Amino acid sequence: MAKEMDKRIIGDFVENGVDFVTSVPCKQLAGVIEVLDRTPAIKHVPSNKEDEGMGLCAGAYMGGMRPAIFMQNTALGVVVNTLATLIQFYQIPLPMLISYRGEVGEPVACQVEMALHTKAILNQLHIPTYHFHRPEDADELPGILNHTRMCSKPVAILTDASFWRDAT
Amino acid sequence: MIRHDLLKTLIPVISDQLVVCNIGAPSQELHSLDDQPTNFYMLGTMGLASSIGFGLALAQDKPVISIDGDGSVLTNLATLSTIANNPRDNFILLIVDNGSYGSTGDQPTYAGRRTSLAAVARACGCETVIEVAAEDTPQALADALAAKRMTVIVSKCDSGNVQVPVITMNPITIRERFMAAVAE
Repeated sequence: MAKEMDKRIIGDFVENGVDFVTSVPCKQLAGVIEVLDRTPAIKHVPSNKEDEGMGLCAGAYMGGMRPAIFMQNTALGVVVNTLATLIQFYQIPLPMLISYRGEVGEPVACQVEMALHTKAILNQLHIPTYHFHRPEDADELPGILNHTRMCSKPVAILTDASFWRDAT
Repeated sequence: MIRHDLLKTLIPVISDQLVVCNIGAPSQELHSLDDQPTNFYMLGTMGLASSIGFGLALAQDKPVISIDGDGSVLTNLATLSTIANNPRDNFILLIVDNGSYGSTGDQPTYAGRRTSLAAVARACGCETVIEVAAEDTPQALADALAAKRMTVIVSKCDSGNVQVPVITMNPITIRERFMAAVAE
């Protein structure tokens, strides 16, 4: 069941002009994806893997749309090359709404392993990174989306378990 | 017929079409044969020519031809299911299937052995899939464009490369002139 926060996040993407989203699901993003699927202003094309999704986003951008990708942080393990040689090399603005699994509140121990590498990978790639830990952190989302377009870079928005637990 | 000669015979058909071309030798060969603003050259990111072209076809109405290779399609096989389940009649995926990783020394791919990419595409749900000899590919591509129907063409050709220069064009220049051609 989608929360107000899910609606607010999708509303911010729509308000910013994002009209193409690809996703690979995560339990924490289930509500956001539910809202996405009933938002006619955004074309949602699920992908099988996040590098494929970034390819779709690059093509959609060149076709005049404004893309975004919704994914889990574990996927950073598979998209490093795509981020460097496609999204960054060709300067494609790409907001990445990322479920930050493996932080406090995480029930699955294995998720902690990629949580340990998440910010290190993003730092190594020089990707602007914003971490939503409290619900009020989402106030920054419109600014972050503007910032992404302004600088034509991939930008990471990490949303952790505490954020989703406290969000209403 | 090797890929370079196949691309040469395709030029009259693709020269004024939007083309997303695979990394390495295919892009270098196309660039040396017929550089056009309507060509998007991939300078990296093996496997995504199909996905980039498909994203472009989803976003606008002009025909888009992705020129991919058998080795590259094998690295991103699942995208055939994304393409099949979101069909767009302005999209043509041309898989140049020479049964080898041409840019890295012609090592054999599994598509040159027991795996049929045409059968995989059909199993993924792509409705119009044709497998043709290299010599018949220009006509098959022209027919697919005229039919205005999403088509996957698997073009069987011989393994081998010709020596052409690497592309030194700036990636932003490639993208910006391509986007201008898309918007024209």
